[in-house]
Amino acid sequence: MLETALFVILAVFTVVTAVLVIVQRNPVTSAIFLILTFFSLAGIYLLLHAEFIAAVQVIVYAGAIMVLFLFVIMLLNLEKEKRLVARHRLIKVVGIFLGAALLIQIGMVFQHLILEGAPGKFSPEKVAGLGNTQVVAQLLFTDFLLPFEITSVLLLVAIIGAIVLAKREM
Amino acid sequence: MVSLSSYLILSAILFSIGVVGFLLRRNTIVIFMSIELMLNAANLAFVAFSRFLNSMDGQVIVVFVMSVAAAEAAVGLAIILAMYRTQKTVNADEMNLMKW
Repeated sequence: MLETALFVILAVFTVVTAVLVIVQRNPVTSAIFLILTFFSLAGIYLLLHAEFIAAVQVIVYAGAIMVLFLFVIMLLNLEKEKRLVARHRLIKVVGIFLGAALLIQIGMVFQHLILEGAPGKFSPEKVAGLGNTQVVAQLLFTDFLLPFEITSVLLLVAIIGAIVLAKREM
Repeated sequence: MVSLSSYLILSAILFSIGVVGFLLRRNTIVIFMSIELMLNAANLAFVAFSRFLNSMDGQVIVVFVMSVAAAEAAVGLAIILAMYRTQKTVNADEMNLMKW
């Protein structure tokens, strides 16, 4: 009962703040609402008993990535860009129509798909016994070791790319 | 107990909001935020599946998605900065240097 109530509150909050992100004129306001969206998503991850992901969501998304966004917004002079919305009413209508069509399509897939699969070996009780972070870490360094190493290379490439691109002379 | 489909519907709604924002907004930074929204919708679906299928793989994948999102944000925002330096705008409609 409490779980359902929490889910409804968090879900409504997530959707409302997500809509506010895309309708705000001022990019700084959009960024603030995006941070709120990330925080409520972290709450939903807690409801799903993914404590590690919830913590990483707050630290990496709401912390690091959004600070990066706010820094870039404040580095640029966007006063005249504030009024930037789609120029034609037609573009707006087509955009909302395409979004609604996508939503309906995904909904229809859910209706016809049987969302069942062979249950894995990590039942909620077992994960709770071992500790969520420990299970994620164990998988990360055993079954997913190669993707993990490739991710480190990807981050290195991103660091170099960002430095090269942001240098004063191209 | 909240069912799997409610989480998936929330994920679908978030993804659609991201798509609409991507299509409607012309400010490149807000377009980037819409991409982050879509990535988060995918993350939510991953975590929900991982919970309801008794598998932890989904949560590990989310860690990778987050690092890819961080790399994408860093490089993308550097591109926006470089673009602003040459073009003095972040309007996606005016970024047409490579258009033939």
